[in-house]
Amino acid sequence: MSLNDLIFLLPEIILATGASLLLIAPVTGLRDSISAKWAMIALLIITAGSLLACSWAVPGMEQTAGFARMFALDAFSIFFKLLFLFVVAIVVLLSDDFLRESRYSTWEYYSLLGFALCGMMFMASGVHLATIYIGLELLSLSSYILAGYYKNEQKSTEAAMKYFVLGAVSSAILLYGISLIYGVCGTLNLLDIARALSTVVSNDALMFGVILLACGLCFKIAAAPFHVWTPDVYEGAPTPITAFLSTGSKAAAFAIFVRIFYVALPGFHLDWSMVLATVAALSMIVGNLAAITQESVKRLLAYSSIAHAGYVLMGIVAMNVMGLRGVLVYSFVYVFANLGIWSIVLMMKRHEYAGEKVSDFEGLHSRSPFWAFSMFVFLLSLGGIPPTAGFIGKYFLFYAAVQAGFGWLAIIAVLMSAVSMFYYLRIVVAMYLRDGKEADVTASGALKFVAAVCVVATIVFGVVPNDLIDQVSSSAKGLHNKGAVTRNATR
Amino acid sequence: MTTSFVPVLLLLIVAVGLGVVFLSLNWVIGRHQRTPSKLAPYESGVPLLDTNRKRVNVRFYQIAMLFILFDIEAAFLYPWAVIYRRATYGNAGMFLFGEMLLFIVLLAVGYAYVWKKKAFDWK
Amino acid sequence: MTPAFAVFLIVGTIAVASSILVISMRNPVHSALFLLLTFLCVAVLFVMKGAEFVGAVQVLVYAGGIMVLFLFVVMLINVRHLPDEKVLSNFWKGGFAVGLGVFILFVAVVRPGVYHDEQLDKSRLTSVKERIWTESHKNPGTYTYRRVHRTNANSEAVGMALYTDYLVPFEVASLFLLVAMIGAIVIGKRELSATEEETAQQFILERVETEKEVKEAMSA
Repeated sequence: MSLNDLIFLLPEIILATGASLLLIAPVTGLRDSISAKWAMIALLIITAGSLLACSWAVPGMEQTAGFARMFALDAFSIFFKLLFLFVVAIVVLLSDDFLRESRYSTWEYYSLLGFALCGMMFMASGVHLATIYIGLELLSLSSYILAGYYKNEQKSTEAAMKYFVLGAVSSAILLYGISLIYGVCGTLNLLDIARALSTVVSNDALMFGVILLACGLCFKIAAAPFHVWTPDVYEGAPTPITAFLSTGSKAAAFAIFVRIFYVALPGFHLDWSMVLATVAALSMIVGNLAAITQESVKRLLAYSSIAHAGYVLMGIVAMNVMGLRGVLVYSFVYVFANLGIWSIVLMMKRHEYAGEKVSDFEGLHSRSPFWAFSMFVFLLSLGGIPPTAGFIGKYFLFYAAVQAGFGWLAIIAVLMSAVSMFYYLRIVVAMYLRDGKEADVTASGALKFVAAVCVVATIVFGVVPNDLIDQVSSSAKGLHNKGAVTRNATR
Repeated sequence: MTTSFVPVLLLLIVAVGLGVVFLSLNWVIGRHQRTPSKLAPYESGVPLLDTNRKRVNVRFYQIAMLFILFDIEAAFLYPWAVIYRRATYGNAGMFLFGEMLLFIVLLAVGYAYVWKKKAFDWK
Repeated sequence: MTPAFAVFLIVGTIAVASSILVISMRNPVHSALFLLLTFLCVAVLFVMKGAEFVGAVQVLVYAGGIMVLFLFVVMLINVRHLPDEKVLSNFWKGGFAVGLGVFILFVAVVRPGVYHDEQLDKSRLTSVKERIWTESHKNPGTYTYRRVHRTNANSEAVGMALYTDYLVPFEVASLFLLVAMIGAIVIGKRELSATEEETAQQFILERVETEKEVKEAMSA
């Protein structure tokens, strides 16, 4: 280990320093001279710049893992880190109105978002279960606090409470799984685990550990038997935070899910794939069927996000190149569609929790046709209908499942996608065919900007997906090569 | 190696034993009078002001939480202090010093924040 | 039976029994005290396995800090045990079945043979390599660094691992503590609205009033 490795950590160092400064900015009297929002945006841009700079300055870094092989700055992690930075930047834009209307302090809010982002970046880069775990905890703790940011609103406090208690239990389960894996392998580094497991034939302590680990991770991505917290938390949390939880926090959990299972545990694919396939099927069925009857848009999207966790799990179950690419593409396109929807929901809302019923969308078309159309595009993308980006993601995942011999899973996924169109179209019908209410859409510049960016991205990546696929393939390559190497070593 | 903890074990036994001995002596030798003032909880010889079942201010809890966080920080300092004493070769000492400084600075940021938020103010 | 095993049996039994008492006591303060006993017994078990540092942390942080928090919660929410309150909730059968199942699973996987070399771990946990400046064996009179193996140095072994290999998680842990601090303030500190400020002052006044009354009654 040398101090030169610090360059790998530069973006995180900058981000953590910046977030700390945001926290104590009111102390130093900066509060009045600059706005917290622009300080946060500037911090995110500087972090992104430093990330790109050090990815460019350190050649061949796919092979390098700094700091006693705790932390890697490979193409996979850079892909996810840029995605996280984008998500948080959008969430900052979405939060503006919410923070102005409420009396809650802005600096802590952005600082907590910064720390959450820091945790996500450590998760994306961690190649050691200790780093991954502590990053996950940093993200979770910040999310608990942010979910309860409407302190005077009972629902928000309830959401924070439920999220915290269940999250703490799931973390304990995850940690117990990690400790069993450590007990069997004697190491926590993912590559070393794969190497240690190459001599292990079958071991029930290991399997128990892997299953507990998967349970903890499934809680974080809100997959089916571990999903009960999702609707309540998504409904109670402030809407910008719901947007953050359903995109950024989820994508981060997917990143570690993929890295742990593709790098450390490919040798035991036969053992865990059936378990995860069941979880995936259950998530798709439960999420989509429960979403049909929901009246609140936030709850509806919460159940739909459970279903989406099921789709992404297919890519992990498949354990092939297509699956890996599918997870990355899907995380990417899902972010745009989802953030777009949340921006439209925020446009509709007038008080803290208003504008969140499906009926509130009635007649949106006659009031503001462009936003109705945007919503339509986002819903199509979530449903996976061809001209939008969502189709590309689903195509990869379904194809991967078929290729890996999980045809039945793909059939369930296709059927459930059809079911999902039913409730997505309910919103579309409300927007286009029902009479409008007199209440107006209040869209600030930031919300308009976010929705426009998301709609353009959703259509462009849907029509010309080549660049995205190329980028994803090169990002996924490093990880999969590593996986392939360890797999060959096992045989 | 566990044998080095035998004195601690002896200490524990003596401590618990003394407690048991005193309590049982009390029981055997003392007179049992059940007057109301004997049965009242002992509060330094002063008559009770109020019921003990009273809700305390949430501030106490907040302070307790901050106490735990700094307690954990202190727990991290123990192994650091042990190896810092012995880190004499090379620039290991500077390295260890630097990383602990960073750790403490980050918590000092939290301390400044907590202070500024008037969590220690007790009006 | 070695003395260590006897101590293990006694301490382990106390730990299990007191943890059962934690959940079966009616008075929450009694539960908290049994929890304290459980923490202390677990600390002894850690020490017996050679993890002295963890044992010390168990006493310092859990028995010292977390217990304070528990007692504050008890005082904060002011739980009274109601006479007609059931000891077992309606879900006890389900809970018991799940607990039993998990226990059997744990027993099934926690057995010798499935884990990697334990002896290696033990030596890694309790000994450190150290360079000491000492007189050379080969040519007396000159001084050199010599590597020695020192056992019984759990805190040092933990420190060595924590502050070199685990540097990144260690620093992230300080961020984690920082976020916890923000959380304690953001969630715990209420920005009181005007009416609430008034009632708070009212409460203090009332309290002063009652104290005065009690004092008068005492002196009378």
